Amino acid sequence: MKTLTTTALALIAALGAAGPGLAEIRLGASLSATGPASFLGDPEAKTLEMMVEALNAAGGIDGEPVELVLYDDGGDPNKALTFATRLVEDDEVVAIIGGSTTGTTMSILSVAEDNEIPFVSLAGAVSIVDPVRPFVFKTPHTDRMACEKIFTDMAARGIEKIGMISGTDGFGASMQAQCKDVVGQFGIEIVADETYGPKDADVTPQLTKIRGTGGVQAVLNPGFGQGPAIVTRNYHQLGIDLPFYQSHGVASDAFIELAGADAAEGLRLPGTALLIAGQLAEDDPQRAVVQAYKAEFEAAYGMDVSTFGGYAHDAFALLVDAISRAGGDDPVAIRDALEATSGLVGTTGTYSFSADDHLGLDLSAFRLLEIRDGGWVPVD
Amino acid sequence: MDALMQFVFSGVTVGAVYALVALGFTIIYNASDVVNFAQGEFVMLGGMITVFAHLAGLPLPLAALGAILATAALGVALNRLAIEPARGAPVVSVIIITIGASILIRGAAQLIFDKQLHGLPAFSGDDPIRVMGATILPQSLWVIGGALAVFVGLWAFFTRTLTGKAVLATSNNRTAAQLVGINTGWVMTLAFGLSAAIGALAGVLVTPITLVSYDVGVGLALKGFAAAMLGGMGNPKGALAGGILLGLFEALTAGYVSSHYKEAVAFIVILGVLFAMPQGLFGRAGTERV
Amino acid sequence: MRPSAKWTQLLILFLLIALLPLFFPSGYYFRVGALIFVNGLAVIGIVILTGYAGQISLGHAGFAGIGAYASALAPGHLGLHPLLAVVLGALVSAAVAWLVGRPILRLKGYYLAVASLGFGILVAMVLGNERALTGGPDGMAVPDPGLRDLLKDLGLKLTGGEFWYWCCGLCLLIGAWAALNLQASPTGRALRALHGSEVAARTVGIDVARLKLQAFTISAVYASVAGSLLAMQNRFITPDVAGFMHSIEMVTMAVLGGVGSVIGAIFGAVILTLLPQVLTVFADYEQMVLGAVMILVMIFLPEGLIPSLARKLRGRGE
Repeated sequence: MKTLTTTALALIAALGAAGPGLAEIRLGASLSATGPASFLGDPEAKTLEMMVEALNAAGGIDGEPVELVLYDDGGDPNKALTFATRLVEDDEVVAIIGGSTTGTTMSILSVAEDNEIPFVSLAGAVSIVDPVRPFVFKTPHTDRMACEKIFTDMAARGIEKIGMISGTDGFGASMQAQCKDVVGQFGIEIVADETYGPKDADVTPQLTKIRGTGGVQAVLNPGFGQGPAIVTRNYHQLGIDLPFYQSHGVASDAFIELAGADAAEGLRLPGTALLIAGQLAEDDPQRAVVQAYKAEFEAAYGMDVSTFGGYAHDAFALLVDAISRAGGDDPVAIRDALEATSGLVGTTGTYSFSADDHLGLDLSAFRLLEIRDGGWVPVD
Repeated sequence: MDALMQFVFSGVTVGAVYALVALGFTIIYNASDVVNFAQGEFVMLGGMITVFAHLAGLPLPLAALGAILATAALGVALNRLAIEPARGAPVVSVIIITIGASILIRGAAQLIFDKQLHGLPAFSGDDPIRVMGATILPQSLWVIGGALAVFVGLWAFFTRTLTGKAVLATSNNRTAAQLVGINTGWVMTLAFGLSAAIGALAGVLVTPITLVSYDVGVGLALKGFAAAMLGGMGNPKGALAGGILLGLFEALTAGYVSSHYKEAVAFIVILGVLFAMPQGLFGRAGTERV
Repeated sequence: MRPSAKWTQLLILFLLIALLPLFFPSGYYFRVGALIFVNGLAVIGIVILTGYAGQISLGHAGFAGIGAYASALAPGHLGLHPLLAVVLGALVSAAVAWLVGRPILRLKGYYLAVASLGFGILVAMVLGNERALTGGPDGMAVPDPGLRDLLKDLGLKLTGGEFWYWCCGLCLLIGAWAALNLQASPTGRALRALHGSEVAARTVGIDVARLKLQAFTISAVYASVAGSLLAMQNRFITPDVAGFMHSIEMVTMAVLGGVGSVIGAIFGAVILTLLPQVLTVFADYEQMVLGAVMILVMIFLPEGLIPSLARKLRGRGE
C-alpha cells in the first residue's frame, strides 16, 4: 500500500492548491467482472477498488473521500445500460468509468450523453471516440492503432503478404476489421483470413490453410482469452516458422505461461510499459507510475497485472485529476477539466485530451515487444 | 493430403473432447431420462480442482484422482438435493433445475477458485508426433484414448453387468424395476456419481489442450449435448460417434469451406440428421405412453 | 377460464402498471419497469408455447434477435418507419417460425430442445458474423422511433425512461389480453388437450401438427416484438439478444413464475429482472443465488411461484 499511497500523495501535491471544499464524491463504474469478458473486467474492478481505498487512505480528493459505486454487468449491454441509468438517476454519481467491452460501452454512452455525465470507457473500438462525443472519453489505445503498430513493424521487416487468424468475439472481430481497413496503407496484403470461436480447442485446420496459402510471410492473431494461447501452441505444433504477431489483447505474463515459453518464443505484439516495468529506463516518464501500480496490484491480489487493469488505473487517475482541477463535483465542470487534461502519465501512455481528441494517446505509447526466453523484450 | 490428415487429426482431437462430455450425459440419461445440463460443470471442476490441487503441491496423478472423487461426490449430492426431490416433474422443469445447478456451481467456482485461465502440463510432453506430414500432440492421444476407454467401459457396463442392466431397467420403468428388487435409489446415486466422475476425468484429460477457467462448462455442455443428440441420447456408441463426427464436421468445414461458419455447419448437420432420424443416429425409437 | 377471471387478471396488471410510478423515487425505476414489461411480453410467448401447447424451445431468443435487428436495420436500409420495422420484424419472425417449426415440432422432449437451441445459435451466429450489415459482435445503433417527440408536440413531456415505461407497459397489457383471449378460445382448449396428451388429442380429431405450429408462430411474434422494443429503448443492440443465455432466461422466467399462467409468467419476469438489481450488493454471490432460486422453486413450487402459491392459499380458504 505504501508505494501507491506515496504516489497518490505526490499526485495530490502536484495538483497544487486545493479547490473549495467538496462533499463526498461519488464515482460510478459498470464493468464486466464476470461473464465472457471477465478477462477484462476482473482486473479492472480489482484495480478500481484498490485505488479508491488507497486514495481515501491518503485523504481523498482535496480532503473529500471518494465513494465508488461498482456494478458487474457481466458483459451484457442491456444490463450495462440499466446500471448506467441507475448510476446516474439513483446513485447520482459525478462520473462513470466502465464499459469493459465495446458493446457495453456503446450502451452506457447514450445514458452519459443524455444526462451530461462524463464517461471514461475502457474499451478499444475507434467508434467510441470517433466521432467525438462531448462527454465520452477512453483510455485504451484503439484496435486500429494496434494494427498500425504491428503493420509498421512488418513493413520494416520487408513483409508484404500476411495471413490473419482472428477470434470471433467482439475484440477479435473488431480488430480484424480495423486491420483489414488500414493494411493497404502499409503496402501489405492479407492473403489468408481465418477465424476461430473463442472457446475452440484446436485451430490447426485454419493454420494449415494459412500455411498452404502461397506467399504468406507472417501471421497475425487478433484475440484475447484462451484463443490466442491455443493458436500459439498450434502454431508451434505445426512447426510454422514465419514471424508471428499477437495483439495487445494478450499482453500479460499469464499469456506466456499458458501458451508455453517455447511456443511463444519470438512472437511480437504491441504492449504497454506495464509488461516491461522492470526494464524501463531511469528517465522513462512512465517508470514511476507503472512500477508503483504493478507492485501494488500484485501485492494486493497475488496475480499478474494486465494491460486491462492498467486501463482502469488510467481512467481513475484521469478522473481524480480532473475532479481536483474542476474544484467541485459539477459533472459539466469535470468534463471540461477532463478535456483540458494535458500530459497526465498513466500506465498505458501519456494522455493529453482536446476538444477533437478524446483518446489523447498516440502510437508512441505502444511499445513493440518480443517474447524471448519467457520474458518481454522491447524491440523498438 | 497433408492438409486432409491435419484436418482429420484436429477433428478427432476436438471430437474426442465432445465425445467425453457426451458420454457423461449417457449414464444419467439412461438411469433417469434426465439430461444433465450441469455436465459441463463437472468437466470444469475436474480441470479446476486438479489445477489448484497441483498448485498446492500434490503430484499430478494424486490431484487428478482427488478431483475425480470430489466431483463424483458432488454429482451424488446434486442427485440427492435437486434431482430426486423433483422426480416426475416435466422435462422443462428438469432442464431448469440442471441449468440452475450449473449456474450455482459456476458461481461457487468463481468464488472458491478464481476467474483466470489455467493450464496443466501435458502428460507425455509437448513434442508433436508426425504422421504423413501432419502433426498431433501426445495429449490428443490421451484424450482419444480416454474417450475410447470410457466408451468400452460403459458399453461393457450396460451390456455385461447386472448393475448396468439394472440402470437401464430403472430408466425404462422405475416402478417395475423396484418390483423386481432393484434398489432404484442406489442406481440413481451410482449413475450421478459415475457421470460426474467421467466428466471430471474429461476435464483432467482435456485441460492440457484446451485450458480451463470457471466458465468453460457451458460451451462444453452445449457441444456435448449436441453430440449426444446427434448420436442418439442414451447410447454410448451414439455419444462416441456423435462427438467424433461433430469434431470432424467442424475441422473439415474450417479446412475446406469457411472457418467463419464451421459451427453453423455443425448445427445444420445436427438439425438435418434429427429431421431425417428424430431419435439420432443410434437412438432407440420410442412410443409415447398415453 | 371464466371471463371474469380474465378481466380480473388484466385489471390487476393495469393497476400495477399505472399506480407503481407514484412510488418511484427516481428515473432508474422506470427503466427497470420497462425491462420487466419487455421480458414479460417475451415470456407470455413462452406461456403460449410451453404452458398451453406443452412444447419446449431453447432458442426463442433467436426471434427476439430477428425483431431487434429488424428495428435496427429496416429504417436505414429499407427506409421504413421504426414502427413499421417492428411489424416487419414480427412478420419475418412469424414466417421463419412457420418454416422452421414444421420440421422442428415433429421432435419431442430433449430432441426438440436441442433442435430449437440449434436454431437460436444459428441466428446469433449469423448476427455476429455478418459484420458488414450488423456490426458484428460489437453491435449496432438503433434509430429512435420519434414517438417521444410526437408526444412532446402534443404537450406531453416525458423522459426517455418514462416514455418506454408506458410504451412497454401498454404493449404488455395488449399482449396479456391477447394471450388470455387465446386461452379462452376453442384453440386454447384444443391446445390444452394437446398438452395433456398428444395421442389423445389426435384421436379426438385435433390437427396436432397444425396447432403446435400455430402456437410456435404466435410465441415467435411475442419474442420478436419484445426484441424490437428492447432494441429501440436501448438504442443499441448486440447479438447477445439472440444468444443462448437469453433463451434460457426467457424459459426460466416463465417456468419460475408459472408457465401455465400469464400473470404467473409475468411475475417470473419481475423476479428475474429484479434479482440482479437487488443483488448488486452481493455481486459475488449473484450467480449462486440465481442458481439456488431456480432449483428451489422447481422443487418446492413445481408449477411455478404464482400457481403454486394460489393453490396453497385456496387450499387454506376451503
